[in-house]
Amino acid sequence: MTRPLLLSGGRVIDPRRGFDQPADVLIQDGKIAAVKAGLGAPDGADVRDVRGHVVAPGLVDVHVHLREPGNEDVETIATGARAAAAGGFSAVCAMPNTDPVTDNQAAVGFIVRQSARAGLTRVYPIGAISVGQRGERLSEFGEMVGAGAVAVSDDGRPVVSSHLMRTALEYARTFEIPVADHCEEPTLASGGVMHEGLVSTRLGLKGIPAAAEEIMVQRDILLAELTGGHVHLCHVSTRGSVELIRRAKQQGIRVTAEVTPHHLTLTDQACETYDTHAKMSPPLREAADIAALRQGLKEGVIDCVASDHAPHAYDAKEAAFDDAPFGIIGLETAFGVVHTELVLNGGLTLPELIARMSSAPAAAFRLPGGTLQPGAVADVVVLDTTTRWSVDPATLRSKSRNTPFAGRTLTGRAALTLVGGTIVHELEAAPGR
Amino acid sequence: MTAALGKDLVGLERLSPDQIRLILDTAEPFKEVSERPIKKVPALRGKTIVNLFFEASTRTRISFEFAEKRLSADTVNVAASGSAVQKGETLVDTARNLEAMRIDMVVIRHPSSGAAAFLGDRIRSNVVSAGDGKHEHPTQALLDLLTIRDKHGKIAGLKVCLVGDVLHSRVARSNIWGLSKLGAEVGVCGPDTLMPRGIEELGVCRFRRIEEAIEWADVLNVLRLQLERMEMGFIPSVREYYRVFGVTLERLEKAPRPLTIMHPGPMNRGVEIDSRVADGPHSVILDQVTNGVAVRMAVLYLLAGGRPELADAAKRGAE
Repeated sequence: MTRPLLLSGGRVIDPRRGFDQPADVLIQDGKIAAVKAGLGAPDGADVRDVRGHVVAPGLVDVHVHLREPGNEDVETIATGARAAAAGGFSAVCAMPNTDPVTDNQAAVGFIVRQSARAGLTRVYPIGAISVGQRGERLSEFGEMVGAGAVAVSDDGRPVVSSHLMRTALEYARTFEIPVADHCEEPTLASGGVMHEGLVSTRLGLKGIPAAAEEIMVQRDILLAELTGGHVHLCHVSTRGSVELIRRAKQQGIRVTAEVTPHHLTLTDQACETYDTHAKMSPPLREAADIAALRQGLKEGVIDCVASDHAPHAYDAKEAAFDDAPFGIIGLETAFGVVHTELVLNGGLTLPELIARMSSAPAAAFRLPGGTLQPGAVADVVVLDTTTRWSVDPATLRSKSRNTPFAGRTLTGRAALTLVGGTIVHELEAAPGR
Repeated sequence: MTAALGKDLVGLERLSPDQIRLILDTAEPFKEVSERPIKKVPALRGKTIVNLFFEASTRTRISFEFAEKRLSADTVNVAASGSAVQKGETLVDTARNLEAMRIDMVVIRHPSSGAAAFLGDRIRSNVVSAGDGKHEHPTQALLDLLTIRDKHGKIAGLKVCLVGDVLHSRVARSNIWGLSKLGAEVGVCGPDTLMPRGIEELGVCRFRRIEEAIEWADVLNVLRLQLERMEMGFIPSVREYYRVFGVTLERLEKAPRPLTIMHPGPMNRGVEIDSRVADGPHSVILDQVTNGVAVRMAVLYLLAGGRPELADAAKRGAE
């Protein structure tokens, strides 16, 4: 029996129930026991005064790369889970492009065990769609789901074969899991390192046109319609994709989509100085794309924010732009970046943001959590939404430092993160201490 | 001592019109050095320059080497093949190792766009780009500008058209910046498959037919068509390219005025340019090569902290 925990006096936001008011949250035996104003603390309870802060369902990130097994020098499940906890996430979904690829029940089970051993943020494995992510033969979805996989994806590589995508969507229906696709038409994107546009022309870098993404977004939508399967579109980056998804949802096709904090806030101009921290896949696009992505996120056309946390060694990024790997880390900056840029400076409300970062991704991947409903598992975050902080890569918990937000001043970060009622992260100047 | 141009020369986009004119004016007195029986001045005596070529190059490397030697610098050539680069050494390690040997300047040619700036940001030595990926080839554009100025007595107001594979051309990008900054009108001509997105937004006129470009222009700068582009599907065949876009004598004869013909080399005769045009009376292709040495002397001299007004004196060995 752990001590009961009372989070006292915060603004409680539970988007799934439309709840947004000052209240106390009582946590007992790993579950939400009560949410109500003026709750008394039970005997022996740990009482935290969280006045001035926001209490919300723990954040959920359906798209991270934790590099274990295979590349433990840049991230491990434990360090990734530590970074996730610091970012306010109580659950993350780990992509299967590990080495070896997470394409069987043993590999999935390994991630489940490593996550349990770390005892921090929950790490849910995503299994590969195809054996070895080679795009040829389906992996054993059933066994992987049995071992704990919550979705399948060949992320990092697009599913090139439309037949494979079709069979994946059909086969996944038995297990009620989404098929997550990295939408990129490989012959159009071949050799590209940034968005195709005026900036790529000036820099002399090979561009990736928006059409490379949109062709695959539309293909996946058509296949979802054909099969009745659930397609989840990873890191949508173009205004055209937003429009295609909007139309698909209007037609009732089972499609969900995510957008990253960087695609919501940075344009291809970040590549201007050949800064390899602005090199990611899909690439940073244009201001008009950002506007459409923000609008899509607000409307719910895009269901959720996902970080696409992609750690790389510092010296891998210390290279000419063409030679550097794609990807940036994002777990510890995701909430701060989107809160600062979209809530404080733009058209999203705080409850909307919390929905897009907790209840909506949990719903899309059918995960526990994402709510403060009494009886639910006590995955909770206490957010400090007023204190400004500066992103110092040296102090990040991730093993890697490849962030384009270094030196940025952000407002909003996790003060306290709970997983199953256990504190997995606490800011040093935490409330009530 | 690097005020005139800054520490590095990695492209013309960041230079002001005055800085470009300064380089061209500084090149003038250096032209004469190459005409002497003893082609050497002491301007860079005691300076150490490394020519770091990660891509094959004959003309540019030799031109830089002559420029360095005629300024009395000590030079070392490093080619990518057979060096530590081939053994997996990273660009930044190569740079640090060179720096550790206390050199003064690096001339770099690299297949990745941005590599010259990358190097310049990480070492104290001056860095001169000899071409980085598809980004810029600043000294080539400077020698093109000098050649146009020699031939026409001016650059402002001239219409200069770049013909061919602009998409993959660092020469084209540097020329667009340099010519625009000095007041020329710039055109580009070629199939859409070889034009980068948004090129018009750089302020250039777009021609899809070579006949229209020839009618418009005073100067044609004919870019090399790299034959591997064909395999990549950008054009169907060399034969068709020559038929549709080749700069031929027949096409030039229809022009309202004689056009100055330039080519950065190496030429594919009968692919992008007719031999009779390349060897004809209006071709300044070999003048470009000659001017290349003088322009590179000027760049090295200015980056090393040489004062422009002393270039004349420097060439007389009186510094």
